[in-house]
Amino acid sequence: MEAAVPIPAWRANLATIGALMARAKNELVRVPGAAIPGVLAPTIFFLGLNGVFGALTQLRGFETGTYESFIVPISMLQGAGFTGAAAGVNLARDIEQGWLDRLLVSPAPRWVLLAGTVLAASARSLIPASFVLAIALALGAGWPGVDGLLVTFFMVAAMAAVAACWGSFLALRFKSQSAAPLMQAGMMGLILTTTAYAPLALLQGWLQDIARVNPVTQVVEAARQGFVGSVTWTETWPGLLALTGLLLVLGTLALREMRRTGQ
Amino acid sequence: MSAFAVNVRVVRALGMRSIRQTFRRPQLIAPIVVFPTILLAIQTGGAGGAVELPGFPPVQSFLQFMLAGAMMQSLMLAGNSGGIALAVDIEMGFTDRLFSAPIPRFAIVLGRLAGTAALGLFASLWFLAIGLVFGAEIESGVAGALLAIVLVTACAMAVGGIGAAIALRTGSASVVQGLFPLVLVVLFLSSAFFPVDLMIEPARTIAEYNPLSLVVEGVREPIISGIDAADTLYAVLAILGIVLLGLLLSARALRHRLRVG
Repeated sequence: MEAAVPIPAWRANLATIGALMARAKNELVRVPGAAIPGVLAPTIFFLGLNGVFGALTQLRGFETGTYESFIVPISMLQGAGFTGAAAGVNLARDIEQGWLDRLLVSPAPRWVLLAGTVLAASARSLIPASFVLAIALALGAGWPGVDGLLVTFFMVAAMAAVAACWGSFLALRFKSQSAAPLMQAGMMGLILTTTAYAPLALLQGWLQDIARVNPVTQVVEAARQGFVGSVTWTETWPGLLALTGLLLVLGTLALREMRRTGQ
Repeated sequence: MSAFAVNVRVVRALGMRSIRQTFRRPQLIAPIVVFPTILLAIQTGGAGGAVELPGFPPVQSFLQFMLAGAMMQSLMLAGNSGGIALAVDIEMGFTDRLFSAPIPRFAIVLGRLAGTAALGLFASLWFLAIGLVFGAEIESGVAGALLAIVLVTACAMAVGGIGAAIALRTGSASVVQGLFPLVLVVLFLSSAFFPVDLMIEPARTIAEYNPLSLVVEGVREPIISGIDAADTLYAVLAILGIVLLGLLLSARALRHRLRVG
């Protein structure tokens, strides 16, 4: 009889991450209604903000022709924020129902459990982003070009990972779905205290100061560049750097909570 | 004790219960106060330059203009939260116990609405205080502030009636919670956040016919200029219309709930 060949650790980890992502996908397929709020909220924000604040482009210093082009990356990033926060709420539900306890006694490393949640949120965020983009293009937003589109979708997926780390950190900290408003408000605050509504020069006092130091402003500018002009490395690398920093900080916090859980 | 006095006691007790429920759980008060406050701050900072647009009504600041919108957002969310709380009561069987008690059915709904009205009162005081702290003046003084408070409180109760009707009809908290995006749609398609004349079509046309715009203008005028009898009258009529709609829907939903159990 042949001895069983042990599976390499990296392959087992990849399989676990894949299984956790498949679980998230199954949830989406079996309960399609669960995805509606994540898609609906950024769409409503896009249509609402465009209808309400569209006249802002008439202000001196507002160099974008159409507000649709200016605001669509924000709505796509908002969708990523909502999706990431929803991943945190789902993790809190798993904690409440005892599902995470079962995962914790499995031989899978803690970082793998977190990675499954975060990567699933990243992949899922492409659904609301595509939906909002389709509506925006239909309403007259400028075509960002293939390079602009790729950069925007990358920023959206990475922002969802940031939001999922934040949501997971709170879920593991509070172990309750009651923390959901904090997960959503945190992301909403982070994304909207940027150049979301208007260029930096047109923001009022305090918001201008916050937007200048908020790392997500760089993400917004990188995601927006294709819609309002051309894609350049100068506009892209600060966004990548900001996302790396946010992922490092929030990922470390979430992982620390994950390691503490159950001990 | 007369029947009227008994009904007042029941409404007061149920109203106090719903207020305590909200203030005891931060996750219930957060959407009513925290979200509109964050959005007020961000929109004021982000779109504040709008006051320079040709056609923008003369205002001291964009914050002063936005106070009415923040109050409307808050009261709409309070109405939605009241509906969610009533639906939870139905799901948990608490409403069934009230139905079997010797109290009039309308008092059960009115008690919940009294709680929603209290939240509306709290929201109006909160946003007036925020406005004053950050330098926004109430142009028509104390009388104008009182008028805004009364209109916001009454409108919260009116909107709460619709939330209660949906809760009674569906008996499901998740369904009522699912109406949250609709609250945002109704708000965006009104003059809550921007003057109607400066909005983009088709939002502009819809906002012109949205009764909520009438309430917004009734609350906003005393803050940005002065009390206007016509604006106040239109706001009161719009609130009465919402009350009537809420009453009709609630009565039908209550009959349905009693029939299906």
